[in-house]
Amino acid sequence: MPSATDVSVELTVNGRSCRREVPARTLLVHFLREQLGLTGTHVGCDTTQCGACTVAMDGVAVKSCTVLAAQAGGHEITTIEGIGDEGKLHPVQHAFWAEHGLQCGYCTPGMVMAVRQIIADNPDPTDADVRRGLAGNICRCTGYQNIVAAALAAAAAMRES
Amino acid sequence: MIPASFAYHRAASADEALSLAAEHGEDAKFLAGGHSLLPLMKLRFAAPEVIIDIGRLSELSFITDEGSAIRIGALTRHHDVEHSELLAREIPLLAHAAGQVGDPQIRHRGTIGGSVAHGDPASDLPAVLLALDATFVARGRAGTREIPAGEFFRSLFETALEPGELLTEIVVPKPANGAAWSFQKFTKRAIDWAIVGVAVQDDRIGLINMGSVPLRAGRAEAALAAGEPVADAAAVAAEGTSPGSDIHASRAYREHLARVLVGRALEEARSRS
Ligand SMILES: Cc1cc2nc3c(=O)[nH]c(=O)nc-3n(C[C@H](O)[C@H](O)[C@H](O)COP(=O)(O)OP(=O)(O)OC[C@H]3O[C@@H](n4cnc5c(N)ncnc54)[C@H](O)[C@@H]3O)c2cc1C
Ligand code: FES
Ligand code: FES
Repeated sequence: MPSATDVSVELTVNGRSCRREVPARTLLVHFLREQLGLTGTHVGCDTTQCGACTVAMDGVAVKSCTVLAAQAGGHEITTIEGIGDEGKLHPVQHAFWAEHGLQCGYCTPGMVMAVRQIIADNPDPTDADVRRGLAGNICRCTGYQNIVAAALAAAAAMRES
Repeated sequence: MIPASFAYHRAASADEALSLAAEHGEDAKFLAGGHSLLPLMKLRFAAPEVIIDIGRLSELSFITDEGSAIRIGALTRHHDVEHSELLAREIPLLAHAAGQVGDPQIRHRGTIGGSVAHGDPASDLPAVLLALDATFVARGRAGTREIPAGEFFRSLFETALEPGELLTEIVVPKPANGAAWSFQKFTKRAIDWAIVGVAVQDDRIGLINMGSVPLRAGRAEAALAAGEPVADAAAVAAEGTSPGSDIHASRAYREHLARVLVGRALEEARSRS
């Protein structure tokens, strides 16, 4: 018997619909990682500051450590696993690789999801647009220069294709 | 960090939200964007037994032109306020300030109504809405009432909303001179709350983080009304305020910031108009 504090969450993740009974207090990031095994979405700060947990919800970037799985019910979620694959990286993933936009890689899934949002909002962003768009994503390794370069390179590649 | 257990209800309409709130009384909390409430619940500073999710009430998400005023639904996200062409044209202060809240991801979730109802003196939009002389519309079981922004904020995290009352919309009169605005937010890091912030519209001045509630800089406004120059008005901007001291700033430093930022804001508003 489900208890009064459980909910049934039905949502679409990376194009596949799924349904789980979980405690209502389950955060979306834990739902993705623990219920669905999608561990590409990371928990960094757990306080809505670092952006490592960024996913797209109905196409817009949100911090999944500060969304309940129940709030995401009925919505479409896209995680880092859903945007490209090993044989064919998403242009933003490719640009992070080509421009050396990562070192340890912990922040990278969130960075890639945030950069996708920047380019969706503005296909031809300036350096300043990219930095403003990444205000909610923290990287402890790179010093950001190559992340910004990767974002600009990805935008250029996506404009051409 | 995981919140304490609660029962979750999603309201399909404002009426359903109100009846759920009446049914569950003091144990229940509305959840809008969740970007103030969930962090508090994760830290266990808040542990409501019942959550009433109002995040999907599209009937409360709108920005409409009413001639002399603009009405904004309480569930309108910061991102939509920031990018509203109507607001950019008529009330640029509000559109600009919404774009300074947190970061892009936070602005996709947080709502204007949540910012107001939360009653945090460090939030940006309450002080902006004070400077804009806005009115808040609340709906309870007994009916609808309008509360002027100047009477809404009671004390730290406490507002004029009764338990179970839903903030439904925010009515912002179009300013006499929409261009005469300025927003000064002093922060240490990109996505932080203001250490001190100042919102100016015409000769009205809202102060962020200068006491237990968002405030108007009454003494500075009186100086302007008496025809005193900007520098003299700015010099009294901290009078009548009671900012706290914390790890970011002492009380004296906040008072200094208020004087400096009010001076800058008044100069900028005048140069734009
Ligand atoms: C890392 C971080 C940085 C931030 N930076 C800033 C910043 O720089 N400036 C700033 O101003 N804010 C900032 N915020 C706060 C953010 O703007 C919140 O979104 C906002 O304060 C609350 O809106 P919400 O919709 O998320 O409300 P919720 O968290 O859902 O609710 C907040 C409170 O209001 C009540 N409530 C919500 N809606 C209603 C309603 N319609 N009627 C009655 N009660 C209601 C809830 O019950 C709850 O008590 C930040 C938040 C985070 C996590
Ligand atoms: S883990 Fe969500 S913002 Fe850091
Ligand atoms: S690459 Fe290590 S945190 Fe960004």
